[in-house]
Amino acid sequence: MIAALATLGQSTLGLLAAIGRVCLFAFSVVTHMLRPPFYIREFSQALLNIGFFSLPVVGLTALFTGGALALQIYAGGARFNAEAVVPSIVSIGMVRELGPVLSGLMVAGRVSASIAAELASMKVTEQIDALVTLSSNPLKYLAVPRVLAATLTLPILVAVGDSIGIFGGYLVGVNSLDFNAAGYLKNTVTFLELWDVTSGLIKGAVFGFILSIMGCYHGMNSGRGAQGVGRATINAVVSSSILILAANYLLTSLFFTS
Amino acid sequence: MIELRNIHKAFGKKEILRGMNLSVPKGESMVIIGGSGSGKSVTLKCILGLIAQDKGEIFIEGKNAQDATDRDAFLARFGMLFQGGALFDSMSVWQNVAFRLLRGTEKKTPLEAREIAIEKLRRVGLSPDVADQYPAELSGGMQKRVGLARAIAADPEIIFFDEPTTGLDPIMAGVINTLIREIVVEMGATAIAITHDMTSVRAISDKVAMLYDGEIKWTGAVGDMDTADDPYLQQFITGAPDGPITTA
Repeated sequence: MIAALATLGQSTLGLLAAIGRVCLFAFSVVTHMLRPPFYIREFSQALLNIGFFSLPVVGLTALFTGGALALQIYAGGARFNAEAVVPSIVSIGMVRELGPVLSGLMVAGRVSASIAAELASMKVTEQIDALVTLSSNPLKYLAVPRVLAATLTLPILVAVGDSIGIFGGYLVGVNSLDFNAAGYLKNTVTFLELWDVTSGLIKGAVFGFILSIMGCYHGMNSGRGAQGVGRATINAVVSSSILILAANYLLTSLFFTS
Repeated sequence: MIELRNIHKAFGKKEILRGMNLSVPKGESMVIIGGSGSGKSVTLKCILGLIAQDKGEIFIEGKNAQDATDRDAFLARFGMLFQGGALFDSMSVWQNVAFRLLRGTEKKTPLEAREIAIEKLRRVGLSPDVADQYPAELSGGMQKRVGLARAIAADPEIIFFDEPTTGLDPIMAGVINTLIREIVVEMGATAIAITHDMTSVRAISDKVAMLYDGEIKWTGAVGDMDTADDPYLQQFITGAPDGPITTA
């Protein structure tokens, strides 16, 4: 019994210590964002890698999700003669929830994993130590550009994903569910409020921060060898995905419950 | 002068350094020898502040390294050749060599930095054609030379060499040893190399320190090494399986 309690206590302490380390890491990254030097070239590269190259995966995910959502809402709505709500529910569902969450998760899979693997490989091959000996702070040089780029580009990716998702719903609505094209668009716009869109973009920024911080943290604190790199990648994807879903719940509670 | 006083470092319960003392006078080339896991790399990392020692003090030119408030200025005095080269994969060779010159307080224009990088590449026996290649396109020996060029690019006062000949064939190892010796003498730099390659030790050192069990067991001139009566040193030099050094 005491041994079991000791194990539980040890695990709890370990978890709390890990949370503390991640928080300190995130705080350091944020403070470094505000102090020169600023690495513009590295930031531009990160913008391209994280933002631009994530467009296809976010766009395709949103397109198919929007289409599937239209079909589901139509089938569900038919049970109580509410098929007409398809355009408004698709648009509200996409911009409030599915756009930000799916973009966050897809980018977490692509970007967080890639950041963790890249930085862990750099650590294993002593490139991070080399940076220090060359008078460059690894946090400032490696983490800040990536975290800033992810935080700024995720809302843009969410906006693009929202638009493509709504367009996916429109395509299915008009071509498979016999909606009138003009009527579908009118209903989409009429019931959509600015806050629906803005809240999704704020979520996007938070998710971008989370996934890039987790990628950088696990990469820069990886173990040795190929196994260490693999573990860092898995930890980055799993922790960022879970934190994105948890943050989504918290933000939704904050934004939409009075 | 670099002076280490009573340095202790443990990782968890494993004590790596147990009161290590070492002095390296200015302009001298010191080689630390010792088996794998004896704490040679840890020693260099402690001096550079890459890891913090648990106890003890490190002095550079009489000033405690821990009191260095301007970290960039402190590190600007050092150049380091890493065991695997540690070249940045995403950058071309000249950008690797000129890394420090392209950033920081004494930043140069890309054109000036490239010129200096090409000059340093020439110094280590590489042609200017290599400048625009990427590290992955180079052989192990060429990567070591690029690493050496990067270490000396900003004309540091102190240069560290971490296992400079590991993974190289004997001829390339000889070339690297000769380059290191020439460069250290020419620059008048203080150098610390860590290795277990005895050919390397004889080629590049003025003095040798034998590290075992977290302490320096013997230190002296390279010429005195073979005649010294220290059992640890003699076992290490001869590679005898029996002696005071035990293998786990």
